[in-house]
Amino acid sequence: MSEHTHDHDHHDADIPHVSLKEYATGFVLAVILTVIPFWLVMGDVLESSTTTVMVILGFALVQIVVHMVFFLHMNFHSEGGWNMLALIFTLILVFITLAGSLWVMHNLNVNMMPGMMD
Amino acid sequence: MSENTMTADVNSTQDGQLEFLVKGDHHPQNGTLLGFWIYLMSDCLIFAALFATYGVLGRSYAGGPTGMELFDLSLIAINTSLLLVSSITYGFAMLHMQANKVKGTMFWLAVTGLLGLGFLSLELYEFHHLISVGAGPQTSGFWTAFFALVGTHGLHVFFGIVWLVTLLFQLKKHGLIPENKRRVFCLSMFWHFLDVVWVGVFTYVYLMGVLP
Amino acid sequence: MFENLDLTKLIFGRLTWDAIPFHDPIILGTFAVVALGGIALLAALTRYKLWGYLWNEWFTTIDHKKIGIMYIILGLVMLLRGFADAIMMRLHQAMAFGDSTGYLPPHHYDQIFTAHGVIMIFFVAMPLVTGIMNYLIPLQIGTRDVAFPFLNNFSFWMTTGGAALMMVSLFIGEFAKTGWLAYPPLSGILQSPGVGVDYYIWALQIAGVGTLLSGVNLLVTIVKMRAPGMSLMKMPVFTWTSLCTNILIVAAFPVLTAVLGMLTMDRYLDTAFFTNDLGGNAMMYVNLIWIWGHPEVYILILPVFGIFSEIVATYSRKPLFGYTSMVYATVVITVLSYLVWLHHFFTMGSGASVNSFFGITTMIISIPTGAKIFNWLFTMFRGRIKFDVPMLWTLGFMVTFVIGGMTGVLLAVPPVDFVLHNSLFLIAHFHNVIIGGVLFGLFAGITYWFPKATGYKLDEFWGKLSFWFWLIGFYFAFMPLYVLGLMGVTRRVSHFEDQSLQIWFQIAAFGAVLIAVGIAAFAIQLIVSFRRREALVDETGDPWDGRTLEWSTSSPPPPYNFAFTPRVHDLDAWWQMKQHGFQRPESGFIPIHMPKGTWAGIVLSGISVVIGFALIWHMWLVAGVSFVALIGTAIYHTFNYDRDYYIPAEEVERIEAERTRVLANV
Repeated sequence: MSEHTHDHDHHDADIPHVSLKEYATGFVLAVILTVIPFWLVMGDVLESSTTTVMVILGFALVQIVVHMVFFLHMNFHSEGGWNMLALIFTLILVFITLAGSLWVMHNLNVNMMPGMMD
Repeated sequence: MSENTMTADVNSTQDGQLEFLVKGDHHPQNGTLLGFWIYLMSDCLIFAALFATYGVLGRSYAGGPTGMELFDLSLIAINTSLLLVSSITYGFAMLHMQANKVKGTMFWLAVTGLLGLGFLSLELYEFHHLISVGAGPQTSGFWTAFFALVGTHGLHVFFGIVWLVTLLFQLKKHGLIPENKRRVFCLSMFWHFLDVVWVGVFTYVYLMGVLP
Repeated sequence: MFENLDLTKLIFGRLTWDAIPFHDPIILGTFAVVALGGIALLAALTRYKLWGYLWNEWFTTIDHKKIGIMYIILGLVMLLRGFADAIMMRLHQAMAFGDSTGYLPPHHYDQIFTAHGVIMIFFVAMPLVTGIMNYLIPLQIGTRDVAFPFLNNFSFWMTTGGAALMMVSLFIGEFAKTGWLAYPPLSGILQSPGVGVDYYIWALQIAGVGTLLSGVNLLVTIVKMRAPGMSLMKMPVFTWTSLCTNILIVAAFPVLTAVLGMLTMDRYLDTAFFTNDLGGNAMMYVNLIWIWGHPEVYILILPVFGIFSEIVATYSRKPLFGYTSMVYATVVITVLSYLVWLHHFFTMGSGASVNSFFGITTMIISIPTGAKIFNWLFTMFRGRIKFDVPMLWTLGFMVTFVIGGMTGVLLAVPPVDFVLHNSLFLIAHFHNVIIGGVLFGLFAGITYWFPKATGYKLDEFWGKLSFWFWLIGFYFAFMPLYVLGLMGVTRRVSHFEDQSLQIWFQIAAFGAVLIAVGIAAFAIQLIVSFRRREALVDETGDPWDGRTLEWSTSSPPPPYNFAFTPRVHDLDAWWQMKQHGFQRPESGFIPIHMPKGTWAGIVLSGISVVIGFALIWHMWLVAGVSFVALIGTAIYHTFNYDRDYYIPAEEVERIEAERTRVLANV
């Protein structure tokens, strides 16, 4: 914001600091969060597939957060918070696009092709 | 924002007049990283549209084969692990870059690229197999949406590799100058972003696809 | 023999001499005029040795001001094409009743209404809006260029490339006959086997790249490059609305890219996204394209709201009433614009729950919009209003836009929409808001900032004439369509049997003629003003006693915009500087860091147009080769690290001394 921190071109202040610990933690967590859903599905662990869906979707959400935090270095400070703001706004729009489309199109199918829906 | 807390002599001259100019050399902040992040967010919405389409067409088999019959989860597990390992190798590249070691950066970038190549080869093999058993993009709405979503992700990986190779040449030529560091960091965002999308793909398409 | 044949196919695809519409006198005549005009233009450029100047100073420039001007020129040129389509439709519909079939065959009429919509939205409104944003944002936030100057040049050329492809479709092949959003299955390969829809797809995809990148660029510019002291709530309103617009661009255009990509796959690869058979779902296209399409409406109108806000404040000689509420209203509209898309297809067959949800969100959006209208009214209240041309456009807007807004709320009621869907009432409604809102705002903005860009004001008389003809012409042209729509007349029909409707179409045609006079008056205004530029000169740089930073520079501003970066303490920064008796520094200049021009933008865009053209005509070899060339050129460009230079202090001193001399004479 101020001219005292000018000359960004001559050092890499704008690139966030990264650490081995960060990447290692992220990697271990990501592996765990990947292996469990694969195991749940491939090993037919849970009785009900609805439960399985809920659980693996939950794991996917957590894993996305893990990747965001440890690999993409997301936090509330980088770029003056604009990175996070952009991400949150995008996630809202992704949710609107996905949930909205599914709702609208499902509703359409139910209304217009009642015989063909189960 | 720090402007508000600054001492009076920056905002005003000695006789209390407001200062309306920055008399020195003023460089605005570099916007490359934010700009690239925003581009990635827009890319995210392309994937949102593809996921939504897959969600809507996800049961439109039109009498053709279903995902449950044809998805090979062990193949996907190998593929997923390739991508996952490639994200930590990219992390090693970043760590070497931070230590200003150009050789190490290039080495780990190359390893990352090879893992990406492995991922792509397996994906192409999978596509080839699916098409050969009668589940091509023209088979039904379901397979169309499947190939579009997974293929778009693959296409991104492909261009990521092209970029990575370009970057290797640029690192060789100019070393770790600030522009190159910024580029390595942008590619890392791209690469990890593709990972995030893949988490969505393997969960929503493959794992949920084989559940009854 | 066979090898020969294959090679021809590989190079020329399905392009043959039959693609040139020799049989159609209207197109052939147009072609002759365009060709002659084009040759005359090229000859003149060569004769006066302007190529080097154009190439160095304009085509390869990364100066946001010049790029902004080029966007505006592109938009105005395409306005002529789009309006030519409009008046052809109006004349045709006024004639085509009963035994008379009019002068346009249906297949031609269909192309015209499609081209009209596509051109007016993508190649008139978008370039004009982007151009004004490009020109003004850096000036308003007190910086020297945008965040990514090369990308800016590239974006402009991609938009132009899309427009060029669009124009080519007039003379080689055909354009889509599907309506401006190309709904499948009509736009699918079975129903539209020709090249029309392919022209549509590739023109929009190429222009879309430009729009998206310019959105990212301007967004980062506003976030990162504001002058010291300019916190978000001290940004000029136009910058605020531009910020929201660019957020919308970045968030909406990817969906258009994706959905057009899927349509492309359906057409080229025989996939089944939107087909009738094999489990495709055409309504998914409609759903997705309106997820882009509704935000697009706000992409056009929000910056214009910003323009009106600046103008109202300046010409009422008061600070804008309710700046904060204006900002919040803009942000609320930005978010809400993502929650209303289904109101474009209430009749699709969703249930009551879906329709009422989207109906209600649509009605809610009129609340922040209404708040804005009241803010403008209160700004004018007890102000010392000067009724200059920009203010006239603003007043015309306020009356007209409110009418359009109210018919919009009517259409937001699902049961009403079931009656009015796809009728001329809808056509009247959206022209009411796009002409009465977007276009009036753009004309207001062009008139208002013209002296800033050129150094001389626009002629008042021709400006007023243009305004009144546009305003009255608009009411004559579109009020009859409301009536017709209420009687149930649908859009996109090229011939009617019921003679009793004809009078309304004739009134509308008369309105279109009035608008034509308005456009001509605008063109004459430009010429007259240029010839009288000595008398209309603006030497102060601040002809309207403005409030924001762009008026603190000379007209036109120097390449570096500001010799010293301004420091902002308050909203209406320039007004405050004037109040405090700000004195321009006349010494102590330092070298200024600036980006360098580059050939890469125009070349990359040129190659993209070749790819587009090759894909349209199935010239696979050409497409493949030029795609490799595109990637190669792009990579080659990334090896260029030498992208900036310094304007020496002496040069800055020379320019500033000249300005001091001019100001002393005022």
